[in-house]
Amino acid sequence: MNSVQEVSKAYIYSINGPVIHVKGSSDFHMNEMVFVGKEKLLGEVVSIDYDTTIVQVYEVTTGLMVGEPVIATGKNLSVYLGPGIMGKVFDGIQRPLDYMEQKSGTFITRGLNMEALNPDKKWDVHMTVKEGDSLHGGNVIATVQETALIIHKVMVPPGVFGEVIEVVQDGSYKIHQTIVKIRDKKDTILPLKLVQQWPVRLPRPYNNRQMVTRPLVTGQRIIDTFFPIAKGGTAAIPGGFGTGKTMIHHQLAKWSDSDIIVYIGCGERGNEITEVLEEFSKLIDPKLGSSLMDRTVIIANTSNMPVASREASIYTGIAIAEYYRDMGYHVALMADSTSCWAEALREISGRLEEMPAEEGFPAYLPSRLAQFYERAGYVTNLNDTEGSISIIGAVSPQGGDFSEPVTQNTKRFIRCFWVLERELAYSRHYPAIDWLGSYSEYSEVLRKWYGEQIDKRFYEYRTAFITLLQQESKLMEMVKLIGEEVLADEQKLILQIAKVIRIGFLQQDAYHKRDTYMPITKQYKMMEVIYYLYEKAQKLIAKNIPISVLLKSLIFKEMLSIKYIVGSGREGIFEELHKKIDDFYDELYKAYEDME
Amino acid sequence: MQLEYIGLQKINGPLVVLEGVKRAHYEEVVEITMDNHEKRMGRIIELIGDTAVIEVFKGTAGISLKNTTTKLTGHSLEIALSKEILGRIFDGRARPIDGLGSVYPEAKWDINGSIINPIGREYPRHYIQTGISVIDGLISLIKGQKLPIFSAEGLAHHALAVQIVHQAKLAKQEGTHFAVVFAAMGVTHDVAAYFRNSFEKSGILDRMVMFLNTANDPVVERIVTPRYALTTAEYLAFEHDMQVLVILTDMTSYAEALREISSSKGEIPSKKGFPGYLYSDLASIYERSGMLKQKKGSVTQIPILTMPNDDITHPIPDLTGYITEGQIVLDKKLHQKGIYPPINIRPSLSRLMKDGIGEGFTREDHPDVANQLFVSYADVQQIQALAEVIGEDALSETAKSYMAFGKAFEQELVMQHEDENRTLMETLDIAWKLLRLLPREELDRIDKLLLDKYYIAHKGETQNE
Ligand SMILES: Nc1ncnc2c1ncn2[C@@H]1O[C@H](COP(=O)(O)OP(=O)(O)O)[C@@H](O)[C@H]1O
Ligand SMILES: [Mg+2]
Repeated sequence: MNSVQEVSKAYIYSINGPVIHVKGSSDFHMNEMVFVGKEKLLGEVVSIDYDTTIVQVYEVTTGLMVGEPVIATGKNLSVYLGPGIMGKVFDGIQRPLDYMEQKSGTFITRGLNMEALNPDKKWDVHMTVKEGDSLHGGNVIATVQETALIIHKVMVPPGVFGEVIEVVQDGSYKIHQTIVKIRDKKDTILPLKLVQQWPVRLPRPYNNRQMVTRPLVTGQRIIDTFFPIAKGGTAAIPGGFGTGKTMIHHQLAKWSDSDIIVYIGCGERGNEITEVLEEFSKLIDPKLGSSLMDRTVIIANTSNMPVASREASIYTGIAIAEYYRDMGYHVALMADSTSCWAEALREISGRLEEMPAEEGFPAYLPSRLAQFYERAGYVTNLNDTEGSISIIGAVSPQGGDFSEPVTQNTKRFIRCFWVLERELAYSRHYPAIDWLGSYSEYSEVLRKWYGEQIDKRFYEYRTAFITLLQQESKLMEMVKLIGEEVLADEQKLILQIAKVIRIGFLQQDAYHKRDTYMPITKQYKMMEVIYYLYEKAQKLIAKNIPISVLLKSLIFKEMLSIKYIVGSGREGIFEELHKKIDDFYDELYKAYEDME
Repeated sequence: MQLEYIGLQKINGPLVVLEGVKRAHYEEVVEITMDNHEKRMGRIIELIGDTAVIEVFKGTAGISLKNTTTKLTGHSLEIALSKEILGRIFDGRARPIDGLGSVYPEAKWDINGSIINPIGREYPRHYIQTGISVIDGLISLIKGQKLPIFSAEGLAHHALAVQIVHQAKLAKQEGTHFAVVFAAMGVTHDVAAYFRNSFEKSGILDRMVMFLNTANDPVVERIVTPRYALTTAEYLAFEHDMQVLVILTDMTSYAEALREISSSKGEIPSKKGFPGYLYSDLASIYERSGMLKQKKGSVTQIPILTMPNDDITHPIPDLTGYITEGQIVLDKKLHQKGIYPPINIRPSLSRLMKDGIGEGFTREDHPDVANQLFVSYADVQQIQALAEVIGEDALSETAKSYMAFGKAFEQELVMQHEDENRTLMETLDIAWKLLRLLPREELDRIDKLLLDKYYIAHKGETQNE
């Protein structure tokens, strides 16, 4: 925030919550950042009329007076992109909450315009270009070990071209120091630094979009097997309060095979941010021996923080995600919750007295949602590396009613829908993802990957499991009306196996030390062994052995806790289970053979 | 010299409009004097050029366009604070109603509070024992948590609040006792009196502060009452290192007041006529709780709300649930069965419980036992439904044991007397007694080692495994 045009005749004309009207000058442009009032509160231009400009203010407006000055900055709301982002916690407009705490204490004070990235910190910079190189946007000019896990690639900003005329030596530099000078076609000399700015509402460019082909592996069984999300894909998690949206976000942030996590706490609880920060700092990635915070950035705009900055937080987060994607990383962005963001839109729209569409939400809600989710994708970057952004957004429908506008409109733009079911949460079946109502449109494109990387029968079991659960649901309708007795033995067996699938396989307690994460290969073997039991039991039933006899064996009970048995990581556990099933089968088979 | 403005340009519900105002601050407090010398305070809620929209705390009855003079005070709403505030009783706008005169201020704080930087928070982990089994065992309250009670008319939520206040005790003896800040919004005089008498009887009046806005007090005041209360709580917690428990009742009246003012302003409503900013507004109350790294004190909130039509999806409970760290839900059916406290554990939840219980906090078996009780009680519901179809006699032996468990759970664990104060060990013992009604193989949420230790079968059959 350097080049401020100090001369300004613009002044505050009216104040209504975070929305102010400005008169006296119309020398503003849309989405321009402005300083409001004597305390220089940060705001953004959201509407311009011939004599009135409307600004949304990112800080609390209490105490502002009509007549106070409004100063244009000439810049759009932008993020600072450079080393020092990883491991940090920013608010919705990228103010560094940790420096702010050091400087102004526990409570957030107003008008504290701090730079997002520490301007005084020196970074060890390794130069990757030399004089005479011809460069374009996206080219990597230097690398910096940003954290133990992340090599930061300093890139030429998009849209900049030229020939290198000066390069500094490898060494330690601050973010605002010039490290490369280039001369463009018009003979203008452009300094390049470790840091660049980017307007948050504008997607960063890439060369081209690719088809998604690989899953984002999450270690959560119901997601990886039933409803997988692709790297570069989008997913929404709708669910009433307490159904587990935040937990799924935390789990994916912790366990998914992403290089970078952008975690946006948007209009949610303060303690949840504290929790992420504490837990992620403690969690050490076993492969890399470094804390998860080293690859995570948190954007925290809790429910009690100013609503305009909640609106901005989503864009701040996605712009940062795109920047790391441009370096060739696979980024997962968590937005908890997009509904709070939509509510911020509604709140501001209401204060702007715009014509509302459904339930008071502005008519542009769908297009804003689309713009956000469209920024996900698997791409070839300007520098020919590959990178991706996967977006996972929580949706908190009012009253848990999925017909409301945010859920419905989100559904149009995402391709995985992980529905959280209140009844499951009430029964403490976690994750409370409804296996009948959820879907993933990626399952077909990912079939190949699963076939090649895991096993060609993966999808067979997956389909079989889903079918069994559908059958169970139909049978349960009947049982509810007339009891279980009328069912045939094959049907009763379906109920038994479905129970094993639900409890033994789909349930996964995030707090359980060993079951919180499971590699896909093990997930596959689990499916395989459960299905093996089913096939064997079917054979026994086909031999007219009553189901009641089958159930006398403890094998079904044991399979209910199969996840813990498998989770224990004991060698040869699957062979053991197979043998148990064989024994169970042989014993019964033989007994009945003898009888006959 | 302060300017005085004569007359008003418009009056609408609790709002008045004043034109020609100079140098007014957004949300500044104004003082309106009527020609009978009565003074009313108001707050600027919108400024447009030289026009100010003002909400008048005592309402606009008796105010005309001509009979007032209005003065700006130059500050936002503040409360006078000192440690002497303990033991005092105020109305909804922090004016003493106990006849003891005003508080000599050591500090004056803005009632809107400041936003806590999430970095400055400390994650809450200290278990509070309420002596109520179902809460301590299954929906544990943690110091610094915001855990509301979702109730409905006539469901003993007042008695429950009193019991919690009376019995709440920190497991680890930091400080001695809780200081209690109690705020009533729109409650009847009877209810206000009930609370006052109960607190008096339990001898805790001298460590509590009460703010009472009763049903016939002005609606606008209801908007500020919880903010006076929370500012007081923050002062005691963060200036005087106290552990403070805040009871806010009834948040439904609060939200309805907000709706009334919003509609006077002609704002575009969202669901059920509530303003679009209800979520943010409720958050600005509920988020004022927690623990801070730099301070020894804490603010724990137990807001109470009545669900209109017992409907948990109504915007007030719904938005509350999205903000608070769980909820304790009272249930009419349990109440009708004569069970006190009528807490239904299925929709109830304490989000902070997991980090504040178990080994090192309460007892090693606590998390598994809680988990198992939740799951088994959920199974009971299914089996009950089945029993209604095929008759209880036709149930399998295991199913029958669930029926017995379900009944005992409600009768022995949930039900307790209004002044019965159980230790956590007693609660867990009851829990094990109930779990023993079920076959050991059914208890799949409990670690095997814990089962070996605690599931001592009373008839001895399951021991020799
Ligand atoms: N996968 C899970 N494993 C264990 N507990 C869970 C899981 N998901 C949710 N829970 C429980 O549900 C509670 C609410 O989950 P949360 O994610 O905060 O819900 P939401 O964000 O939908 O309101 C958590 O505090 C936890 O107790
Ligand atoms: Mg959540």
